[in-house]
Amino acid sequence: MTITLNGDPYEVGGPLSITELLTKLEIDARRVAIEHNLVVLRRTMFPDTVVRDGDRIEIVNFVGGG
Amino acid sequence: MPDLLTIAGKTFSSRLMVGTGKYASPSVMVKAHEASGAEMITVAVRRVNISDRSKESLLDYIDTTKYFLLPNTAGCYTAEEAIRTAHLGREAGLSNWVKLEVIGDERTLFPDNAALIEATRLLVRDGFVVLPYTSDDPVVCRKLEDAGAAAVMPLGAPIGSGLGIQNVNNMRIIREFSRVPLIVDAGVGTASDASLAMELGADGVLMNTAIAGAQDPVAMAEAMKLAVRAGRLAYLAGRIPRKAYATASSPLEGLVGR
Repeated sequence: MTITLNGDPYEVGGPLSITELLTKLEIDARRVAIEHNLVVLRRTMFPDTVVRDGDRIEIVNFVGGG
Repeated sequence: MPDLLTIAGKTFSSRLMVGTGKYASPSVMVKAHEASGAEMITVAVRRVNISDRSKESLLDYIDTTKYFLLPNTAGCYTAEEAIRTAHLGREAGLSNWVKLEVIGDERTLFPDNAALIEATRLLVRDGFVVLPYTSDDPVVCRKLEDAGAAAVMPLGAPIGSGLGIQNVNNMRIIREFSRVPLIVDAGVGTASDASLAMELGADGVLMNTAIAGAQDPVAMAEAMKLAVRAGRLAYLAGRIPRKAYATASSPLEGLVGR
């Protein structure tokens, strides 16, 4: 299936949780915030939120800024 | 008695807030932060680079037990974008504080004040502690305060310009009007600009480029720490009135040969 990940198409095998997606991407869940179809997720929701075909995911973190 | 800054019930002993952008290297940033004595540090919220995960995270270099992180909404041009970014920042940092920016113009980076006021209102309703970056306009600052802003952060000059406080009189009026802390945010170029902000009665100064862009950022960070402290002390001490003519400091009596 195809999802939109940070604005670009991204292929994944099938439906998976946010936690599984982060593991696959080798991203530390403690360092990021996630928006799933325009809804900002609480960290505690990562294991139970399922990503499906066509979903839009934004993964952000902190970078240098003023 | 310590001279503490209190914003939304949280106290800070330093009145200097610094950014994390534009440093030549993370190690220079860490040393500059140390030298600045700042306790509050701004960060931006951006997409993770999915294709290149090799880069280290900014948080690898910031001791969050020592520094309080203030996520910004830099680069947002609508209230909607800023609110979305603020929510993401809250989840990434686990604090409900936000430096709210809603930019209205790309070249000057001046704020869109109408959208800023609206975003402030909505974020306060959502439980955020909102510190808005605003124009140096006393009426806008008052409206932000009415919308629930925890502080007002007028610009001294355009972001990154280093021009110093351009409208000293407005800043004085904002000081007089504000019941919330006044933080001068943006435009500082050198230590005297920071001192002037504090002498005018600002409760704090927020800067990034003035330190990160200096030839020696660590030395400039220390200069800014001292400048903010000096300006604060001068403000509290109460300066003498300005006069057009001289008033002698030495006695006029007892002069030799008269």
